[in-house]
Amino acid sequence: MTTTITLTEGTEDEPVLDEKFDRNTPLLEIHDLQISFTTATGTVDAVRGVDLTVYPGQSVAIVGESGSGKSTTAHAIIDLLPGTGKVTSGSISFGGRELVGLKRKQVEDLRGREIGLVPQDPMSNLNPVWRIGTQIDEALVANGFQGSRAERTARVAELLGEAGLPDAARRARQFPHEFSGGMRQRALIAIGLASRPKLLIADEPTSALDVTVQKTILDHLEGLTAELGTAVLFITHDLGLAAERAEHLVVMYKGKVVESGPAAQILKEPQHEYTRRLVASAPSLASRRIQSAHERGTEADDLLAEHADEPEAVQAAADVVVAKDLTKVFRIRGSRPGTHTDFTAVDSIDFVLPKGRTLALVGESGSGKSTAANMVLGLLEPTSGTVMFDGKDVARLSAKEQFALRRRVQPVFQNPYGSLDPVFSVFRSIEEPLALHRVGDRKSREARVRELLDMVSLPQATMRRFPNELSGGQRQRIAIARALALKPEVLVLDEAVSALDVLVQAQILTLLNDLQSELGLSYLFITHDLAVVRQIADLVAVMKDGSIVEHASTDEVFDNPQQEYTRDLLAAIPGASLEIGA
Amino acid sequence: MPDNRYEKTPRPGQEHFVAPPEDVRVGVVDAVDTSEAPSSLWGDAWRDMRHRPLFWASAVLILFVVLMATVPSLFTSTSPTECHLEESLGGPAAGHIFGFDKQGCDIYARAIYGARASVTVGVLSTVFVVVVGTIIGSIAGYFGGLLDTLLSRFTDIFFAVPFVLAAIVIMSLLQDRNEIVVAVVLATFGWTSIARITRGAVLGVKNNEFITAAKALGMGRLAILGKHVLPNAAAPIIVYATVALGTFIVAEATLSFLGIGLPTSTVSWGGDLAKAQTSIRVAPEIMIYPATALALTVLSFIMMGDVVRDALDPKARKR
Repeated sequence: MTTTITLTEGTEDEPVLDEKFDRNTPLLEIHDLQISFTTATGTVDAVRGVDLTVYPGQSVAIVGESGSGKSTTAHAIIDLLPGTGKVTSGSISFGGRELVGLKRKQVEDLRGREIGLVPQDPMSNLNPVWRIGTQIDEALVANGFQGSRAERTARVAELLGEAGLPDAARRARQFPHEFSGGMRQRALIAIGLASRPKLLIADEPTSALDVTVQKTILDHLEGLTAELGTAVLFITHDLGLAAERAEHLVVMYKGKVVESGPAAQILKEPQHEYTRRLVASAPSLASRRIQSAHERGTEADDLLAEHADEPEAVQAAADVVVAKDLTKVFRIRGSRPGTHTDFTAVDSIDFVLPKGRTLALVGESGSGKSTAANMVLGLLEPTSGTVMFDGKDVARLSAKEQFALRRRVQPVFQNPYGSLDPVFSVFRSIEEPLALHRVGDRKSREARVRELLDMVSLPQATMRRFPNELSGGQRQRIAIARALALKPEVLVLDEAVSALDVLVQAQILTLLNDLQSELGLSYLFITHDLAVVRQIADLVAVMKDGSIVEHASTDEVFDNPQQEYTRDLLAAIPGASLEIGA
Repeated sequence: MPDNRYEKTPRPGQEHFVAPPEDVRVGVVDAVDTSEAPSSLWGDAWRDMRHRPLFWASAVLILFVVLMATVPSLFTSTSPTECHLEESLGGPAAGHIFGFDKQGCDIYARAIYGARASVTVGVLSTVFVVVVGTIIGSIAGYFGGLLDTLLSRFTDIFFAVPFVLAAIVIMSLLQDRNEIVVAVVLATFGWTSIARITRGAVLGVKNNEFITAAKALGMGRLAILGKHVLPNAAAPIIVYATVALGTFIVAEATLSFLGIGLPTSTVSWGGDLAKAQTSIRVAPEIMIYPATALALTVLSFIMMGDVVRDALDPKARKR
């Protein structure tokens, strides 16, 4: 680790471990922990017999998908179980002291002072009406920091500076909305470490952030906790991240520990079936495109080679979407009425989507990739430049032609909870495009819905269900089925797998891949996740601040990135530095 | 990064552990649970309400009141307008269980027949406010921009007028008063809350991705508003409408009590309360019957609103 941390002067803040906290006595020992929730239909056992050991100064990661009980386990340590959650048996011992059954006052003394927490969502975990400094000061006061007002203000600035925020004294007087996501997460880290806890629980600390920001913050946190001698318990869904950041891994599935041990060993020789699946599908660890593309026998590199030796007719049909000089300028209202500033979201980009292939538009939040996608879909009108769909300018179609075009380009969106109308049954959701475009009669439409459900590998009985009964992955399948209903040629997949658990994500990617080779679909794949790109895309266009900085075949981008920015993005993929013996 | 930390032998408690495979079965990834009955928002709400005593209590009361309003002859064969002055303020007698009022009319019959005026005015005003409020609120919320600003300010102007005061002023100007007139006047000043609620709900729904998906299908804006936006914004509107029905009944009674609501020839609880007031010192029990009927009716609608709100509360929904 190369990050250098300048700690505050004065030795009173240095970690002073009591004699009983020597490095070879476990700091945290969880034994046979059982946690259950009471619901209207009975009790649900969320955690069923978990064992976990953390040594002082060590970093340990709990890895698991949503609903595996990983966060529940961590929250039980500081008695922050939500709702009706209750520890029913087992023990949590911290520095030799039993935590289960402590009185509220005793737990409050422990929180912050001995065990810090960095919560998941930097957007909602800071109170928007208080200044950042006030909120850190609050943490100091709550944990018994003795000192005058001036001393506390100085300490707040020190802590913020330590968390990696430059110009900390001024930053402390700002409000959360003036901070970016990464800066807020740094402020939360400052709060978590304010009272020099011996253990820091980091619950998905960076999952809401861009990869490059994630990397800087995790690097910084790693350096800082190493200096302070703080043990870190990571909670994460990302196996690559866990393996890179922790020495000991605990893999949880359905409330149980299925495998635990040294990170390297688990990654190299996963024993349990679930861990094996997880290692196999973790996108950050996968090194090549999902199989069926290779079975088609085309090399992605050929795609950029101008189709020189192909007959003319084939060449004309080859590029289904061509974007040229595409620019979108948004007008942002100024502080006074009548004034405005222009914001160029997409700055004269060119890209080409060949028929039957996948082009990935990759970029961090704010890079303009979704704006570009909306222009391809015809939902936004370009300020200048053109999107040619099959030789026709999308923006210049008549209303009738535009309606006809809708059948040929369909979107699938990111949020599996927002992409289906909750009051529509699955059948109505999938049938809607058919009914709107007057395809077939009732009976043939129902047959088509059944066929589409088969296509996305869902039982036909699913059509009588409603979105709230389905998991994220299942909803995403329905969204894909709906998008495919009109037999389109192009799918615009806007972060379509980003919100899914790793195994489900791998499953959807495989499905998309199979559908592509079966139906000859072309995909415009919008994502922030370079790791996924490698699994699905033939071509990559890397976007930064509205421009395309690199456009090449996937293999070329991964093996031989030309731009500094692309190299940064690649290096930031968690687990990128790990060698997996596969 | 030096990776030799991985080579250390694990410390006690951190040895490589693998759960026995039979301990945790790794199921098919993301299988669909087909064991339970399909549940929609309204289906779930119904299942939830079915188990609440409060729902049944208010439903029975509402049904009872509606029956009284539509077929009063089911409950009494005495005419409410057939009065005998010689019975004035007479106590309960055979066939007249609540006794007689000052005019010698049967109190029980008047309490039964009074339901019609209250329910008619309540239902009509509610229908009017829901129609007007939903149209104005959804247009303001969905189309936004200048239209939103104009409609919202228009709503604010009506919001600023005291509801009952405005109704009193207007009603006292009108000569020809019947249930429809009262309902229209009440609705004129009562639609603003529904418009605001609808606008908020529409704003919450319209940025969902399924709306964008519908646009990408080529669906028109009004069709999207009607098919996707409004059904998803309906829950808060329905909840508010149920409660509003109760308040409109109260407002009608207030106006009738003040003598500027329904004409005195119409049997209504509000009017009867006004009449009973004159003899409250001698026979306070005359006031109790219409007052109780009114209170129970309003209570049942407000309780129903509460139950419906709880059942539709998205936080109580699974997932």
